[in-house]
Amino acid sequence: MNATLACVLALAAGTYVFRLAGPVLHGRVELPARFQEMLTVGATVLLVALLATGALTEGQGFAGWARPAGVLAGGVLAWRRAPFAVVVVGAAATTALLRLAGVR
Amino acid sequence: MRSSHRTDDPTCRTDEGPTGLVRFSDLPPGVLRDIALVWLADAVVGVSFGAIAVGGGLPVWVPVLMSLLVYAGSAQFSAVGVLTAGGGPVAAAATGLLLNSRTAAFSLALADDLGRSWTARLIGAHLVTDETAAFVLAQEGRGQRKAAFWISGIGLFVAWNLSVLAGALAGSALGDTDRFGLDAAFPAVLLALVLPALRGDSAARRASAAGAVIAVIAAPLLPAGVPVLLALLGLLAARRGPRRPRTASSRSTS
Repeated sequence: MNATLACVLALAAGTYVFRLAGPVLHGRVELPARFQEMLTVGATVLLVALLATGALTEGQGFAGWARPAGVLAGGVLAWRRAPFAVVVVGAAATTALLRLAGVR
Repeated sequence: MRSSHRTDDPTCRTDEGPTGLVRFSDLPPGVLRDIALVWLADAVVGVSFGAIAVGGGLPVWVPVLMSLLVYAGSAQFSAVGVLTAGGGPVAAAATGLLLNSRTAAFSLALADDLGRSWTARLIGAHLVTDETAAFVLAQEGRGQRKAAFWISGIGLFVAWNLSVLAGALAGSALGDTDRFGLDAAFPAVLLALVLPALRGDSAARRASAAGAVIAVIAAPLLPAGVPVLLALLGLLAARRGPRRPRTASSRSTS
């Protein structure tokens, strides 16, 4: 079999197994309430870690100033309860304008 | 679009509406617009994914099949990155799997919201992504969470796969998408989505802050995917606080 195809299929199968963890365990294993609470907080922790590394890093290095500045602008807008669209466009526009101005 | 999924278990009909079907009207006002915006943003990323993969020398079927079967943006980008850099298929699959191991945590957190039938669970599992997890966690009620899951999930799947196909066919004609600042839009989307969960919960704030610091410090030192998983150590910070009942600890301290 083509090695690239094998790579795609292995990645797909493994990912689906990860995704099945919730539905398969659900209703079979009685998870303590404390643990379920931890899961919800854990999901939030993962999302915040994703956004932090996504804002600050590119590969294994620093993403430059333009991107975190845009994310920060979006964060301020979200904190002030701006509409979602304004948050997204504000973040992208800030970064795009900074890059246009030569900030990397 | 509407979920075609139907539950056969009568016990869940009471809290999921009379038919068990998901409707757009199950979502609070404005949420559908927010979801649609993420579809659009992800579609732009999908176009660039397809273009980058083909531009890097891979045949069109690789990004297209990967998007249908793997369906996880960051893992796809890193797997294609490894493949086009000549890193080999084993390294590419391992990197992608490492990145996707977090979907197990999301799927556990979302298990209640897919529906009860096995058809719904098996199909729904494939739709668990960062974005759907964030949308579901932002909803309060059970019916709203289920609607947020299926509506955001199905739309995202369609948008992602169509846009990847378009990007792969367009090839590398698109150029550098970074100049549109889209790389900043995604962290901002996640930030806007988790903010409500962080506002009212000081334990989640402590855990998230600790986790983010751990992940950012680890990012230059460890392979992709590991730093975000290490962030779960931040949960220890959530436990360290005074052990009081929920009502006391959820009082805002900001």
